[in-house]
Amino acid sequence: MATNVGLVTVQVRDLVRRYDDRAVLDGVDLDIEPGEFVALLGKSGSGKSTLLRALAGLDHDVEGSGELAVPENVSVVFQDSRLLPWARVHENVMLGLSGADERGRQSLEEVGLAGREKAWPNELSGGEQQRVALARSLVREPELLLADEPFGALDALTRLKMHVLLRKLCAAHQPAVLLVTHDVDEAIVLADRVIVLDAGRIVAEETITLPAPRSAADPGFAAVRSRLLDALGVSV
Amino acid sequence: MSATTLPGLRQRTASAPVVRRRRLGPGKPIRFGAAIGPVLLLVIWSIGSATGWIDQRVLSAPWTVVTTAGDLIADGRLQSNLWTSAQRALIGLAFGIVLGVVLALISGLSRLGEAVLDGPIQIKRAIPSLALLPLLILWLGIGESMKIVTILLGVFVPIYIHTHNGLRTIDSRYVELAQTVGLSQWEFIRRVVLPGALPGFLLGLRFAVTGAWLSLVVVEQINSTSGIGYMMELARTYGQTDIIIVGLVVYGILGLLSDAVVRLIQRRALSWRRTLAS
Ligand SMILES: Nc1ncnc2c1ncn2[C@@H]1O[C@H](COP(=O)(O)OP(=O)(O)O)[C@@H](O)[C@H]1O
Ligand SMILES: [Mg+2]
Repeated sequence: MATNVGLVTVQVRDLVRRYDDRAVLDGVDLDIEPGEFVALLGKSGSGKSTLLRALAGLDHDVEGSGELAVPENVSVVFQDSRLLPWARVHENVMLGLSGADERGRQSLEEVGLAGREKAWPNELSGGEQQRVALARSLVREPELLLADEPFGALDALTRLKMHVLLRKLCAAHQPAVLLVTHDVDEAIVLADRVIVLDAGRIVAEETITLPAPRSAADPGFAAVRSRLLDALGVSV
Repeated sequence: MSATTLPGLRQRTASAPVVRRRRLGPGKPIRFGAAIGPVLLLVIWSIGSATGWIDQRVLSAPWTVVTTAGDLIADGRLQSNLWTSAQRALIGLAFGIVLGVVLALISGLSRLGEAVLDGPIQIKRAIPSLALLPLLILWLGIGESMKIVTILLGVFVPIYIHTHNGLRTIDSRYVELAQTVGLSQWEFIRRVVLPGALPGFLLGLRFAVTGAWLSLVVVEQINSTSGIGYMMELARTYGQTDIIIVGLVVYGILGLLSDAVVRLIQRRALSWRRTLAS
């Protein structure tokens, strides 16, 4: 099953996933290079989460076919922070890892939560909880980071801060990233490449070459955005 | 200021300064309100006893009960009977808790376990434990083992039911999380399953403690030769209502104390539930 992964971190060939005989993924091909940041856009119900769950190995009971090669070390960030409410922040970060408490502390410091090790998840704001979830993912030094609308439940201001943080973390840890989002601007700001999924097929792909502090005021930004919105079937 | 040209407003200031909404709740709590009922009962009891309106053979006077309690403590009878009773209850409780938790884990973590165990326990649940007494007496005699097994049977069912329910209702999202961070089976149980089922277990524990005392009262009145229940049963044959009342008070105190202990454990163990808001 595992094909030879040479220069790519993720290789997906002709991936099909069905729910009740309805193809939710209908022949998806996707390569992600090491350290590449890919954003996955698509309407609600287009199959984004299904693709991500397939990559995460969380679709045991789902019928389907196709080839899938992913690295050993994959981390997932969900839309909800999914912290265990009965474990302190530090234990949540180190969940399933043995020893080296220092790493957990450093990881929390990286996401700006130094000194909150002993807090309960319930004592944190939504944005802080999601930062703990990021720390939990990155302390494992994953080769692939899968994130399913990780900022979808946050307010607009917090979301902008999280974009900056995520860019910083990805620069430091260099994982390959697949970020599912329904926010076109978020995709353009963060990603090296944006792909658009519609009815289980990849219908568009944009490589983003805009210079570093990407701004919606940039005319190049507007052009990419209008092409992506087109692919999403939204006319502006 | 009130002497303005607005008659409507003036009138309102004079007669009804603020429009008050009718209060729908029962209102402010009364200080020491919980004590009023019991104190009233005590007063009626005292007056009744003092005036001879309550026959001493039916119900001893409160002061008689107090002096009897003093005598019972002085000659050590109360302590030794209390100790025997407490031992029975604690042993039954301990075994019942272990049995309930083990069965809940087996049935909560494996489908086969559930298929085998859950049915019989639900049937057992439908039969009051005390209804099994005749059988237990036939099987185990009237000694200590019968008493402890009866208490155990009353304890393990609520522990099982609530722990099992706690296990079954652990959010599947946490199971998914455990998979993505690669927890082993044992780590999954230790980090996710057990803490997730703890609130259910502690709820079961409160019912179990109540059940343990209930069973204790009953088994101690069957052919016992020691214990608070025996002391009361003996007093009955001599018509000593004062001793019976002392026994009742002891049972009441034990019940209240043990419930307070469980609630304390609950608060400690579930401190993570406290949030910013509370
Ligand atoms: N467990 C499931 N059982 C049946 N249908 C499902 C299940 N999960 C997802 N689907 C269906 O698959 C389609 C794609 O879902 P999903 O991948 O979650 O979309 P997205 O994340 O893009 O919004 C939807 O039509 C959804 O109803
Ligand atoms: Mg989704």
